[in-house]
Amino acid sequence: MSSSVPSPSAGPPAPVLELRALTRTHGSGIAEVHALRGIDLSVRAGELVAVMGPSGSGKSTLLTLAGGLDTATSGQVVIEGQDISALGPRGMAALRRRSVGYVFQDYNLIPALTAAENIALPRELDGVSVRKARKEAVAALEEMRLAEIADRFPDEMSGGQQQRVAIARALVGDRRLVLADEPTGALDSETGESVLALLRMRCDQGAAGVMVTHEPRYAAWADRVVFLRDGTIVDQTLSSGAESLLPAEGAR
Amino acid sequence: MSIRHGLLALLERGPRYGSRLRTEFESRTGSTWPLNVGQVYTTLSRLERDGMVAQDGEDDAGHALYSITEDGRTELRSWFETPVDRSSPPRDELAIKLAMAVGAPGVDIRAVIQSQRSHTLKAMQDYTRLKAQALADVPSDRDEVAWLLVVEQLIFQAEAEARWLDHCESRLVRLAEAAATEPAPSSAPAARTGARTAASRLRARS
Repeated sequence: MSSSVPSPSAGPPAPVLELRALTRTHGSGIAEVHALRGIDLSVRAGELVAVMGPSGSGKSTLLTLAGGLDTATSGQVVIEGQDISALGPRGMAALRRRSVGYVFQDYNLIPALTAAENIALPRELDGVSVRKARKEAVAALEEMRLAEIADRFPDEMSGGQQQRVAIARALVGDRRLVLADEPTGALDSETGESVLALLRMRCDQGAAGVMVTHEPRYAAWADRVVFLRDGTIVDQTLSSGAESLLPAEGAR
Repeated sequence: MSIRHGLLALLERGPRYGSRLRTEFESRTGSTWPLNVGQVYTTLSRLERDGMVAQDGEDDAGHALYSITEDGRTELRSWFETPVDRSSPPRDELAIKLAMAVGAPGVDIRAVIQSQRSHTLKAMQDYTRLKAQALADVPSDRDEVAWLLVVEQLIFQAEAEARWLDHCESRLVRLAEAAATEPAPSSAPAARTGARTAASRLRARS
């Protein structure tokens, strides 16, 4: 595993995901609820951002809007330079197949498909040949040292394995944005950590990630931690190297 | 922090001179608690006074060597066997700060909590990065394993603090909601007016 610092040679990479003045309001009049009140957030390739906040702070709303699963009341969601509100339903479906991967707390693998088939599915839906999609899926599993479970069905895998397969599926093909909603929620701490290490590795390799979590231990794997409260960003940590913390390179 | 016992543990592996003890102490704990040579020699002379170490000649380069005595070994064994005392908690600046912030005029306690939470998370991010580096290759020698345990301790401690801050925040919100919906009591119950130590509260409850 390489260092988590993105290569400086390319200059500041363009954001993969940009949220601009994003708001989401449910209901109207006296029953009006402001789930998000003007969120600005940009996530670059190679960056993993953790979103924290108490329940009801808007974390999940932020993620569903970013993934195009819900529509903003105002503001923009821009993915790889494209304002997703300009896309029709067909364009949105294609964007979700090609650019955005979702990881859920309960893995959401298709029970009737093997690990490799689950990963290959979005590529096949996108018109890639079955053989090529299978090859890509097996390669992704190998890279994640999960080759031995390629032909297992979800009910033959542990929770941690299922979640790692879900991450592989989220980032198969050219997809560079992974949105993860409490990806470690149902896992014990060591397994949760292996899932985070994998997410971290995929971001180090050039993906952009946004992860909602309430666990500080997992949020600490991110480059940046964003704190939400009542639908607004109240604070965020600035990313920097570990060098700032301990004297010299005393570690090893 | 027990430098004394740390030095005894290192001396149990054979005679050593002062600055080598310092280097070994730091590589074992990843320079998390840097020592200066002065502290090492002061501690050594106290240990010598107490009969736990003895001067043991010089090495080829002329460094004065120290070795552990039988009393030193007994002391070291009893250190490993005895739990670290947690019954008189050390002063915690953050706990004191939040205690003082409750009801302090002009202080937004939620802002105090949030800025600390941000800072603590940032430290955790840095520690986690160090840990990921330490885990990149399977730790092999005992210094690497020891350092991993130390950095994970820092992460756990920071995590406990972050969780406690979350808890404080939701506790304050709930108390504020309760205060807004319930009428204020006419007078404070007498039993709660006097200052009580945590220990006396524990005793009273059992």
